[in-house]
Amino acid sequence: MNDDGLRVGVFVCECGKNIAGSLDCQKVSDYAATLPDVACSVVNKYTCAEPGQQEIKRYIKEQNLNRVVVASCTPRMHEPTFRNCVSEAGLNPYLMEMANIREHVSWAHINDWDAATQKAMDSVRIAVARAKLLRPQTEASIPVTKEVLVIGGGVSGIQSALDLADAGYQVNLVEKEASIGGIMAALDKTYPTMDCSI
Amino acid sequence: MMDVGRHPRINLYTYSEIEDVSGYIGNFHVKLRKKARYVNEDECNACGECELVCPVVGPDSFQQGFSSHKAIYMPFPQAVPSVYILDDELCLGHNPIACGKCADVCEKNCIDFDMEDEIIELDVGAVVVATGMDVYDPTEMDEYGYTRFENVITSMEFERLISAGGPTEGHFVRPSDQKTPKRIAFIQCVGSRSNSEVGNPYCSNICCMNTVKDSLLLKDHYSDIEITVFYMDIRAFGKGFEDLFIRSKQAGVNYIRGLPGEFFEDPQTKNLTLIAEDTNTGEIKSHEFDTVVLSVGVIPRQDSDTVRQLFTLSRTEDGFFMESHPKLKPVDAPTGGVFFAGCVEYPKDVKDSVTQASAAAARAQVLLNAGDINIEAITSVCLTDDCTSCGICVKVCPFNAIRGGDAKAKTPAEVIEAMCKGCGTCAAECNFDALTMKHFEDAQYTAQIDAMLEGDHMANTVVFACNWCSYAGADLAGLSRLQYPASQRIMRTMCSGRVDSEFILHAFEKGAPIVLVSGCHFADCHYIDANRWTVKRIEKLWDKLEKLGIRPERLQLEWISAAEGRKWANTMRDLEDMRKQVTKEEVEHTMQVLKEEREKAEAKAAKKAAKKLEAKNIPVTAEA
Repeated sequence: MNDDGLRVGVFVCECGKNIAGSLDCQKVSDYAATLPDVACSVVNKYTCAEPGQQEIKRYIKEQNLNRVVVASCTPRMHEPTFRNCVSEAGLNPYLMEMANIREHVSWAHINDWDAATQKAMDSVRIAVARAKLLRPQTEASIPVTKEVLVIGGGVSGIQSALDLADAGYQVNLVEKEASIGGIMAALDKTYPTMDCSI
Repeated sequence: MMDVGRHPRINLYTYSEIEDVSGYIGNFHVKLRKKARYVNEDECNACGECELVCPVVGPDSFQQGFSSHKAIYMPFPQAVPSVYILDDELCLGHNPIACGKCADVCEKNCIDFDMEDEIIELDVGAVVVATGMDVYDPTEMDEYGYTRFENVITSMEFERLISAGGPTEGHFVRPSDQKTPKRIAFIQCVGSRSNSEVGNPYCSNICCMNTVKDSLLLKDHYSDIEITVFYMDIRAFGKGFEDLFIRSKQAGVNYIRGLPGEFFEDPQTKNLTLIAEDTNTGEIKSHEFDTVVLSVGVIPRQDSDTVRQLFTLSRTEDGFFMESHPKLKPVDAPTGGVFFAGCVEYPKDVKDSVTQASAAAARAQVLLNAGDINIEAITSVCLTDDCTSCGICVKVCPFNAIRGGDAKAKTPAEVIEAMCKGCGTCAAECNFDALTMKHFEDAQYTAQIDAMLEGDHMANTVVFACNWCSYAGADLAGLSRLQYPASQRIMRTMCSGRVDSEFILHAFEKGAPIVLVSGCHFADCHYIDANRWTVKRIEKLWDKLEKLGIRPERLQLEWISAAEGRKWANTMRDLEDMRKQVTKEEVEHTMQVLKEEREKAEAKAAKKAAKKLEAKNIPVTAEA
């Protein structure tokens, strides 16, 4: 695809008041719209919610978008959400980029409206610059070994091991001491039922 | 416990420890050491003949040292597996063979003094970490006299002394004279909710209710015993907890809101006197007790560091393991395919431990049920035309995922995609730009840097933050609403190892006043030790900058973990101070010097390329 065909859509999330309470989302969106190759820019109340995702999908189709920038929370939280969303609209998931304007901006600069707005605008500009150079990628699929390791044979390890084994998986339970039981086995009775711990 | 021993789908490895882990979500390869117990587990039927003839005794740690066991012993009556174990440090017959009585009487010939540790290798798709907790040792709280005064015991010791399976068969006696005490005190929050240097600042969650339970056990056994509980707050927040607390008060247990200061022991009676203020009435009173129980808190398991490092996990400030998200992913570890159950994550009682353990099992099943999982397309790719087979990438790859790169054999590098984890160290170290990272390409970084420094390039610092630690640390700072100046622009890299020297020089050439490279602490690197290459690279760059007359301090390197939101915020404040020190003239000089430096290098490279073409008899045209 040549650069002339780039059509970036920017979606600025208010996250209720989480972002909109500390910076000017409309201004960020208006600024994004002025950037080269940005075809559209909109503000959503909650981009991750169903209406927000529907809007991304609608714009991808209506505006023929081939890149999406979501300015919202950390990609460590919702990158999978928005990758799924754009791929449902037919776009390769790797053509979506996020600008973190919540954890890194609105929450970190609560009482600095202008500086936070400026940082959010810059974050969107940086994300758009990266988004324009993104390429579609294909993920490799690998099989999962259907066996599990539980480390520790106290009450928690025992419960996890039994649940997983009852569910049909082969479980390897490793305990450092000579017997399972852990600290619980050394307790006489346990609250609130006052019954035996073993 | 018994169900585990009997379950057809559970392989139980007791007396075993994890030694090594490789692989990744869905495909872990684990090595464990099954230590020699010198008793054949399959054959031993726990008849106990060996124990009867064994001439050596040692302290029984299960009974908190209140009783002893032989050198060959059963850990406790309900142990699973129900098999004896030989303590090789106590045993006389072990080396040199001087005794061997147990082996003589064992009809099934289970005892094997020559047994060796066994290494077992396992392939698993998911891992549940349930390494538990330790109990706070109150010896350091000198004022309470634990270990100095015989009749000051911990709540763990109390458990054994009241237990029918304990050393006194459930007859609660005090250590000094083995008599049942008439007046007993419980001191709450020992080692917890502390704002001094000893103990921990967090609430241990279980001690209030444990004491309420203990008071009722005592009242059940000895209806006329006088019990006083000294507390800060009674936290009876769970289902049925308040009922139990009311029952305890109705049974006559005296609750005094206020913790005592120093204890005094009467040398004759070994009774304890303590002075405490009842903060509800303001009354300061002296009290005498026969026994004092310290309700000790919970601490992170002290020997859990091996597991933490093998699975590249982090700790929160309290020392417990950090979950993926405190509310939304409470049982997921940040490392894919690893889940937490129980006190490894935070102090919990039995009910909460069981709840979380079932949650962890369910989360693990989501992964195990999936069959196949997709791996993010962020692997490295070698552009063989540009590869000179120098082999640096092979050397730096933490996962041995690159083969070839042999200069003598002239075999270009080849990335084995299934083994590549995407740290990007190879791409950063390659001097010929022959390796690139999918989705984290050089051009994508330089475009971001250009966008960052557009307009007033003096206004902000350029920050590289690794996905797993520093970027997550910045997220935590935001989540915790830690405030810091808004004058930095952040780029995410999967690993600090990805930060190419060229990115940093590019940023300085474009006018960055300060550049920060941040990543995981050494042992925490999610790519084994890729961040060690980051250090080497940055050190080289510091030298280079100095030679070019650029202040090396303008390039900063900081390790910030995912749990260090506070450190992130502090670092951002420090960077802002540094940024203010940088002058416009200084930056202009840097931009000029680096521009000349780059142009020189480019001219040299062009000349070299032309020579190469000439050697191949390809005419050099103006376009080439």
